[in-house]
Formats: sequence, C-alpha cells, structure tokens
Amino acid sequence: MQPIISSKTPIRRRKPVKFRLGSALIYMILTAWSLTTIYPLFWIVNNSFKVSKDVMNKSFALALDPVFINYTTAFDRINIGRSYMNSLIMSGSTVILVLILAGFAGYALSRFNFKGRRLIYSILYATLLIPAFATVVPVYEILIKTSLVNTYGGLIFPQTAGNLTFAILVIAGYMATIAKELEEAAFIDGCNRWQMLIKIFFPVSRPVFASVSIFVFLWSYNDLFSALIFVNKESVRPIVALLSEISSQYGTDFGLMATAVALTVIPVLIVYLFISKFIQKGLTEGAVKG
Amino acid sequence: MKGDRKYIILFLLPTVFLMSVFLYYPFFKSLYLSFFRTKGFFDKRFVGWDNYERLFTDKLIGEATLHTLEIMLYVIVFQVGIALVLAVMLDNISKLQSFYRTVFFFPVVISGTAISLLFVLFYNYNFGLLNTIITNLGFERVLWLSETNSLKAVAIPTVWHYVGFYLVLFLTAMSKIPSDYYEAAKLEGISGIQKTFKLTLPLILSDIKVVITLAITGTMKVFEFVWVISRGQNGTEVLGTYMYKKAIVDQNFGYGSTVAIYMVVFGVLLALLANRLLKSEEITY
Repeated sequence: MQPIISSKTPIRRRKPVKFRLGSALIYMILTAWSLTTIYPLFWIVNNSFKVSKDVMNKSFALALDPVFINYTTAFDRINIGRSYMNSLIMSGSTVILVLILAGFAGYALSRFNFKGRRLIYSILYATLLIPAFATVVPVYEILIKTSLVNTYGGLIFPQTAGNLTFAILVIAGYMATIAKELEEAAFIDGCNRWQMLIKIFFPVSRPVFASVSIFVFLWSYNDLFSALIFVNKESVRPIVALLSEISSQYGTDFGLMATAVALTVIPVLIVYLFISKFIQKGLTEGAVKG
Repeated sequence: MKGDRKYIILFLLPTVFLMSVFLYYPFFKSLYLSFFRTKGFFDKRFVGWDNYERLFTDKLIGEATLHTLEIMLYVIVFQVGIALVLAVMLDNISKLQSFYRTVFFFPVVISGTAISLLFVLFYNYNFGLLNTIITNLGFERVLWLSETNSLKAVAIPTVWHYVGFYLVLFLTAMSKIPSDYYEAAKLEGISGIQKTFKLTLPLILSDIKVVITLAITGTMKVFEFVWVISRGQNGTEVLGTYMYKKAIVDQNFGYGSTVAIYMVVFGVLLALLANRLLKSEEITY
C-alpha cells in the first residue's frame, strides 16, 4: 500500500501563535475594511426606524424609540410588497427556466460527441461578449410586437437568454467531469438517454445547479437596466426599478429611502448568511462573470 | 449510442430557440439598425455610415468614453488593488478568516441600485452622512456631487461593490499554490513580505490577468450607480447611461444601436489589449 498523502487540505506550517506587530496591523486593516461593509448597513437599518426629520438631524443616534411610519408608508403608499412579489416571481422563474434549459443543453454538449460541438462552444464563448446594451432595442421591439412588454414574461425571457450562456458553460464543465463508468452502468441497466439524464446526471450535478441558480438569481434580481426598459409599469416592476423610482420621486423623504434600502437588503442578508459558503464555493468552481 | 441524434436535437432545441430570438437576432438587428435613421420602430431610412460619422464627431460620446475609462482606471487600481492586498492579508492570518471573507463578499450580493441609494443618502448636501460628520468636526459642508467631484463620488460605490468578488477569486488562486513551495521558501529563509512578492504574486499572475479582464468588461457595463446617483449629470455620463438616454429616453433607436455597437467593439478591443499587455505563461502545478 502506498502511503496516503492528503493533497486536499494543504496545511501550511505557521509559526506558533505569538503576538507579532505585523499580524496585529493586518487584523486592524481587515477589521477597518469590514467596518466599511457593516457600518453603512447598520446606519441604514437604524435610520429606517426614524422619522425623516431625525434621519436628517440625528442620523448617528440610535433609534431607541423606533417608529414604523416609514414601513407603513413603504407598504401602503409605494406598495413595496408588490414589487417584492414581482421580483421573486420573475427572478425565480428565470432561475428555473435557465436551470432546465441549461441542464439539457449542458448535458448534450458534455456527454455527446457530435459534429459541430466545438463550433457551438466557440459561439457560446463569443456570446459572453454581447452585453445587454447591444440587444436591448430589438428585444424591446419584439416584446412590444408580442405584447410581452410590461408582463412578467417581458423580463423572464430576455434575462433567461442572457444568463443561459454562462449557465451552460458552467454546467457542461461540471457534467464533463462525471465518471464514464456511471454512464455505462446505467446503460447496462437499460436506461435510455432521457432516463440517464433525469436519474443520474441531474442528481449528481446538484452542487453546480445550486451555485448557478444563486448567481442567476442575483444577476436577475439586481438587473436595473432591463427592468427599467421592459417592465417599468407599477403593477409588474421589480424592486430595483422601484428603488430607482423612489430616488427620483421621493428624494426628500429620507426615512422612506432608508427604509426602502433596508427592506431590499435585509432579506438578501439573511439568505446570504445561510448560504455564503455555498456562494463562494460556487464562485471558485468556475462560476465567473463580470 | 443509437438514436443519439434525436436527443441532441431535443436537448439543444429550446436553448437555441430562446437564444436566437432574444440574443442573436437582436444583436444582428442592432448592427443593422445602426445604419438607419429611425423614428419609432416603424419609420426608418437607410443612411449608410452617417450614424458612425456622427459617433466620431459626437462630443458627448467622447466625454462618456473618457468617464468610463476614468472609472475603469479606478476599478483596476483600487478595486483589484484593494482586493489583492486584502487577499494577501487574509492568506496570512489564521483566525477569523471565514468571518472576514463572509463580510467582505457581502456587498457583491446587494443590488447596485440599493447601494447607490445608500450613497445618495451619504452624499446629500444638507443632511447626508458625510456632511454631518464634517460639520460635527467643525468644517464647512462639501458639495460632493459637484462638477469636479461627481465622477469620483460615483466611482467609490462602484469600486466598493465588487472588491469582495475579486478577493474570493484571488484567495482561491492562492489556496491552489502547493504548500511545499512555501516549505521550500522557508528553508531558503524567505518569509513575510518577501514571500508575498517572490512567491505568491508571481504564481497567481495569470489569475490577476483574468481579474483585470473581468474588471474591464465589467466597467463597460456600469449603469445603475451613475443612473441612480447622478442620472449622468455633472460630468458623470458613462457609455451605459448615454446609450440608455439615446436609445430609450430619446427613442432614437438607430443612433442608440450605433452607440451600443461602439460599446461592444470598444470593450472587446480593450480586453484584447489588456490580454496582450499582461501576457504571461500559464502555470500548472
């Protein structure tokens, strides 16, 4: 038997823990930078519980006596709950559609040998260079002609198309690493291609589906440009479009602005704290997009 | 396997259909529209290279290009720079590493629009966070969104937003360096800062290159920070907001498409240039 050398966890030898000036400085700088992330968040949540006058005059004071007027305004007057639902429905549908289509396409590209496969890959890589700016006008025209503009589909379809390239490349990359034996065993058991995909490849690829769905969700949820153009009517607009609207319509109501930001950020923060390990792992598995 | 052709077509068809309708056809249509003078969607007239001639004499697009390049400079120097410095630091500590990673990455998941709105509250002249601090310290209020400051004021949240993204990419690259490299360095008596400059940085050079390319293509797409904070006024117009104004606000689809095509070409050229300048050999362990 060969001695097993674990290459999975490279443990670097470090000096025994000892107080050093260098590392104290490092911790100070790291903490300072983390404050730039934590403090603004605290500031905005804190201020969302004050009336606008106090946000202006005493923005640093703790909201010891929280008022909820901004929250009632946000839900009653600007209907932020509606935008929330719109965002969830549209981004959720985009994610599901992307996963299904990219799952099929990724499987076909990674586990079949056929003429034109290389060509398809080259086309996909070239597609990464097409930004939304270069497609927006004709897409807008198509959406108007098909009366999809200002409906959920008006954002779901363009965003799905826009995210598919990334998803296919990542999923195909993952599926290509699945052992061939698994495929052969399934074939001997009498699976056809369809069953193989549903029973073996989809379940085995769960991790990559998870990280793809996180990124697609974030990009879709945060995409202001498409939202402003395709779905900017009150009944369908997602949360980012509403935020942009608030900044121009209610630019003087500071409490409301703070609340709107807090309401957008807090749910994301909570979900993020649960899955942050997953996100960063997904990023390192090649899920890279600018 | 027998009958594979059927499955290949079946599996690829929906994707091909959706991407053709919403991506490839629109892209080529944009290219086509860039040669037309338009009035709405239905009235258009072929004008040859007129739009491109207009593009090269358009003073506003020259400014927008310069502003985009200036933000790009900040992004490459500060965003990538800070990410690299923080990554080196994180790689050198033993405690709290995952805490810092989680905190640093957090802005990446917030929408740029929400961050922009936050900075609107920071920059406000009368009641913003920054001016409150300054007046409390006894100084005069500063007009943060003035002609001279605006672009920098917009660049700050842009830079801050994605530091964590590149940080994680750098950390991953660093964790792939085999530990015996460090052992060997230690035997040679190389440690501390020397180790960083002689070992870590050269070994992740190809990742730095990838990150810089990502930063360049990412900056070409900057839109929401500028749109929410300043609407492109006071010398902050970038290519993204200019294209939006021309194509969507003015409904000038022909010229708007020309601007979009210009953005694609310009972005690809910059990325190629960066790759040429940063040429380095791939390192495999």
